[in-house]
Amino acid sequence: MSKEWPLWEIFIRGQHGLSHRHVGSLHAPDAEMAIKNARDVYTRRNEGQSIWVVEAAHITASSPSDKGPLYEPSESKVYRHPTFFDIPDDVGAM
Amino acid sequence: MYAQMVKSTGEGVKTRAEMSPEEAAFQDRIDAGIKIEPKDWMPEGYRKTLIRQIGQHAHSEIVGQLPEGNWITRAPTLERKAILLAKVQDEAGHGLYLYAAAETMGVSRDELTEQLLDGRMKYSSIFNYPTLNWADIGAVGWLVDGAAIMNQVPLQRTSYGPYSRAMIRICKEESFHQRQGYDIMMKMAQGTAAQKAMAQDALNRLWYPSLMMFGPSDKDSVHSAQSLAWKIKIDTNDELRQKFVDQTVPQAEYLGLTVPDENLKWNAEKGGYDFSEPDWDEFFDVLRGNGPCNVDRMEKRNTAWDEGAWVRDGLMAHAAKRAALKTAAE
Amino acid sequence: MSTLHDFALRMGDSTLILGHRVSEWCGHAPVLEEDIALANTALDLIGQTQLWLGLAAEEEGSGKTADDLAFLRDAWEFRNALLTELPNGDFGRTLMRQYLFDEWHLLMLQALQGSSEKRVSDIADKAVKEVSYHVERSRDTVIGLGDGTAESHKRMQDALDYLYPYVGELFTPDAIDEAATNAGIAPDLASLRAPYDAALTATMAEATLSLPDSRFAHKGGRTGKMHTEHLGHILTQMQWLQRAYPGATW
Repeated sequence: MSKEWPLWEIFIRGQHGLSHRHVGSLHAPDAEMAIKNARDVYTRRNEGQSIWVVEAAHITASSPSDKGPLYEPSESKVYRHPTFFDIPDDVGAM
Repeated sequence: MYAQMVKSTGEGVKTRAEMSPEEAAFQDRIDAGIKIEPKDWMPEGYRKTLIRQIGQHAHSEIVGQLPEGNWITRAPTLERKAILLAKVQDEAGHGLYLYAAAETMGVSRDELTEQLLDGRMKYSSIFNYPTLNWADIGAVGWLVDGAAIMNQVPLQRTSYGPYSRAMIRICKEESFHQRQGYDIMMKMAQGTAAQKAMAQDALNRLWYPSLMMFGPSDKDSVHSAQSLAWKIKIDTNDELRQKFVDQTVPQAEYLGLTVPDENLKWNAEKGGYDFSEPDWDEFFDVLRGNGPCNVDRMEKRNTAWDEGAWVRDGLMAHAAKRAALKTAAE
Repeated sequence: MSTLHDFALRMGDSTLILGHRVSEWCGHAPVLEEDIALANTALDLIGQTQLWLGLAAEEEGSGKTADDLAFLRDAWEFRNALLTELPNGDFGRTLMRQYLFDEWHLLMLQALQGSSEKRVSDIADKAVKEVSYHVERSRDTVIGLGDGTAESHKRMQDALDYLYPYVGELFTPDAIDEAATNAGIAPDLASLRAPYDAALTATMAEATLSLPDSRFAHKGGRTGKMHTEHLGHILTQMQWLQRAYPGATW
């Protein structure tokens, strides 16, 4: 029985000195492979970029104020992947 | 479309009076154009419908690699080979982004994959048609990506944040796909007699399957009404199909190719073309698994998954050993 | 033909055939991330092919292009290393083949950065960045799968045993290689063997894999004297459109 590779959140800093920005997620067996996969998936290996990877399970996200009792998805699973803070590249220099 | 005939709650759209306070507040946010984010409260129907829709969209990208990948080793020049490979690679990336968007709703990629592989989840009917000559690669870019873009551009405004952001990234990357397809078609249409015949053959075979991508008319569908209210569907199938025909017919004329529809003619009154409906019996047959390539497509996906298991397990086992060594050293 | 022509052809044919092989994986890899990564490797190799075969075509003169060389030569005219034309096999064999080639490729390109021929050093400068990453990735995968499960270990050992006899060719110079070395175009192939062996020994130790004792080497791909039967089948696919519809523009 296969065990799924963990989910990682990927943050990339571009050449212009801006902060690391969340670009998306991917699966990898460990942090080193997550960095390599991020290079292949999210940068097409442009140089001069810095990549952070964080296992999604280790991210704590703030809770929205209007959270109600009918909130259905299991907390543990939703926390795995807080969000996908992607911004179109046209918006800012990256 | 890439997500066809997605079922929602099936109960129709609730009136305000029928909504619970949470449901009313939820609908207010959507009506105000505020994005729904993973930890926000959402009706279970919204979550389930979206998982089905995003999952089907993701599966379509992955299965969609196969008909085009079919020509990577036969591309006629080094440049065409590189462009096609980059394009099919993009589709893998788009599948990845979409699976990640679905994962924010509490379902894992492996669960979705298993549902595709055992037939519980569907993918777009279009990818059950074969690519038989090189012009098919042009026609897929021009018609299939053209139809997909028609649907995906408005979906950038969809109510679910992660889905919307995935669509924005996908649309940005996709912009070259349709153009490269049309570029191939131009070369073929202006080429030798044999190339022109290939181009016409490709259009003849892919025209109606492309029109089917939008799905049958849904103006009376309760599922569509709910999805439109939730803004996980932006236009009706007929609106998108009409837009697609209006955009594509002049492009075919420019190529000097004939759209295989005797009833096709400009209707000045409605400001669009009148055209023949595709054969919907064929469409439902394809959805039932009886398209020309359904069996092959699923066999390929199953083989890749099954034969890849030892790789996924092997790399995971190595990562676990390394983590254990690290812990022991600390 | 000039020594430079022959040398560029050997480089370009190896990247062409290996790029073609790797591209066969597109849509079939064990996991999406690997699918995307393999496509990047294939794209790099195809890009390098355009440069090497472009250089060979330029040296050949008579208005030939890189595409003419790729699509209109027959098997006996190909000068790729045999290693690159071997079938993909399972994912492990593909990655082992990639690793065995990448380590050589990187050493070769690093040496070519100092080539007396500027057109060669320019190509090497561009390609070396790509190949540094290829070897990083293929080495990690070989180690991960070698030191993974019992099954992945066995498959990787089988892959190494199958492929290792095709390694020696990469380090065996013939008269053309010697002419290239004497002209300062390329390094002495034999001189790359020691650093290659050191890299392989370290990697295989970490991967818990055993390098075969025998140094027996199949040869003939780079000189054109001998190929495997596999090459002809690659060409029947790769060249089909150009052969079936001569003179067409694509």
